[in-house]
Amino acid sequence: MSETAAVLELRNLRKLFPAGRSGIWARTSEFVHALDGVDLRLEKGEILALAGESGCGKSTLALTLMGLEKPTQGTIWFEGEDVTRQSRAGRQRLCRQIQMVFQDPYESLNPLMTIGEIVAEPLDVHRLAQNREERRGRVEKALEEAGLKPAHIFMNRLPHELSGGQRQRVVIAAALVLEPEVLLADEPVSMLDVSIRAEILNLLAELRERRGISVLLITHDLATSAYLADRVAVMYLGRIVELGETQAVLESPAHPYTQALLSVIPVPNPRKRRERIILQGQPPNPVHVPAGCRFHPRCPKVMERCRVEDPVLAAVGAGSHQAACWLVSGGGSDE
Amino acid sequence: MSAVTTTSFGTIWRSARRNWMALAGLSMLAAAVIVAVFAPLIAPYDPKADLKVSIDDIYAPPSAAHWLGTDDAGRDVLSNFIYGARVSLIVGFFASFISVFIGGTIGITAGYFGGRVENILMRITDIMLVIPDLPLAVVLVALTKPSLMNIILVIGLLGWTGTARLVRSQTLSVKERKFVLRAKAIGCGHFHILRRHIFPLVLPLLVANTVLVISLAILEESTLSFLGLADPTTLSWGQMLNFAFTRGGVSAGAWWALIMPGLGIVWVVLGCTLLGQGLEQVLNPRLEWHHLSVGPKMVARGAKEERP
Repeated sequence: MSETAAVLELRNLRKLFPAGRSGIWARTSEFVHALDGVDLRLEKGEILALAGESGCGKSTLALTLMGLEKPTQGTIWFEGEDVTRQSRAGRQRLCRQIQMVFQDPYESLNPLMTIGEIVAEPLDVHRLAQNREERRGRVEKALEEAGLKPAHIFMNRLPHELSGGQRQRVVIAAALVLEPEVLLADEPVSMLDVSIRAEILNLLAELRERRGISVLLITHDLATSAYLADRVAVMYLGRIVELGETQAVLESPAHPYTQALLSVIPVPNPRKRRERIILQGQPPNPVHVPAGCRFHPRCPKVMERCRVEDPVLAAVGAGSHQAACWLVSGGGSDE
Repeated sequence: MSAVTTTSFGTIWRSARRNWMALAGLSMLAAAVIVAVFAPLIAPYDPKADLKVSIDDIYAPPSAAHWLGTDDAGRDVLSNFIYGARVSLIVGFFASFISVFIGGTIGITAGYFGGRVENILMRITDIMLVIPDLPLAVVLVALTKPSLMNIILVIGLLGWTGTARLVRSQTLSVKERKFVLRAKAIGCGHFHILRRHIFPLVLPLLVANTVLVISLAILEESTLSFLGLADPTTLSWGQMLNFAFTRGGVSAGAWWALIMPGLGIVWVVLGCTLLGQGLEQVLNPRLEWHHLSVGPKMVARGAKEERP
């Protein structure tokens, strides 16, 4: 692996949650494999989309990166420094560098605090403003950067006076006020009206342009990632199954799971007919991850080998496009 | 939308104004507080003044000089009653203050931190909850010197369990809200989260609960005084009942000496209960019907609100 400017790098990250009863009498022999060996690099100034269906571990990944969940195994590297297990002070410092935008802008703002207080809170917690003028100045700057102009008319409002899109902008402003290197956006637009979504996504793209901020965009919607991301990572049951430049992944998906996801995106051309691949069954239980390839029980192209051996990410073609599938890594050569 | 999403004191006041229970309770309590505060101006006699008493003055029936008659020592019952409000309310307010402080702290700590901390704190609460309050209070007051301070402390230290349970459950629901997670992501410490994000949303419920605890404290003070465990020199409503009961008031047929303090206790306790329950209705979303349910109450509420 090259040691270029990866802002954030995950190596073999695992997170297990004990399943079933907890307490003195419970024997926890079973675990939910929320993250099951995730390797991922986020380059400086890049927008990386992490796509996958609900329950595949996307949000656990975000919370683990924020230090809100402790990884069971594996390491997290921030700008070449291992930040996996840190003291309180270290985590506090890391907080300034990695900030998060949450899914639900209606729930992620304290209903009793004004917008000004909400955006100033990170500054107060990290003691970043020397005096009141500086504090106010930075809050206004963050609000305007997040597209709430003019900032002063929002300062004294309460969250319930704003629309969903405006609230999401407040959340983004509260993240920006710390001037972070990385923004984790956990489904930032899924709770918003369709008409507002593009605005928020454009805002993220704009921030990348202006500040060189890196964005990990977590989404269940590949169309969203196509709109914005440089690269796409597709996650299935706690592991990355396909990774590559957005165009490469979306135009020639190599993994059958990605193919299925893409085949159900509506095409705005009624005459163009495509075959939809409808996956059979539910996503398997993350307590009992299937042996072999984790996707094999639902895979339309399942082979004998898939039931036994677990494929790793392998290069698809010449570029950086990778997929974890025996169809890619020379599955046919054995037969 | 449920009442709790935008819980500020402004909204509470607006919905409390429409709630007759809260309004009635507030007026009753306010009347009692006014009487207690301005007791020296209202009361016709000073109950502590030395009296020259003849046999006719003891348990004298209501007359022009003594509107509510006199008690076993020939003192004016109306004046005793007015001054007694002071003791009852002081005990009620201070004891419930102690209770709510302890209960609130324990409840919010247990609810927020969870795990072992919660287990230990809530088991202590359960133990306190199953011990019968009154016998324990009697023992404690009997062991310590019977003074107003001790009565307040005993009532306050025994009465926090309900508050702890209530605050804990509210904390449990508030801490799961996403803005608390966001605060953690920002890097806020526990104390900051408790102070800025949890406590303000628990506070309204705590206020409603305080009012209910006041009524319990007043009732308990009256009980202890009636049982003769209070300082005999401070005259509370419970003490008046005690004197009238033990010093021949019943056999003398002096109903005036018994009824007035009883009415006073009922008045204040009822006022607190009405206010507390009214506030709780305004604040606690679980007491309200779901907005999708088709119940008679929902229809009635909707009809009521349409009236100007």
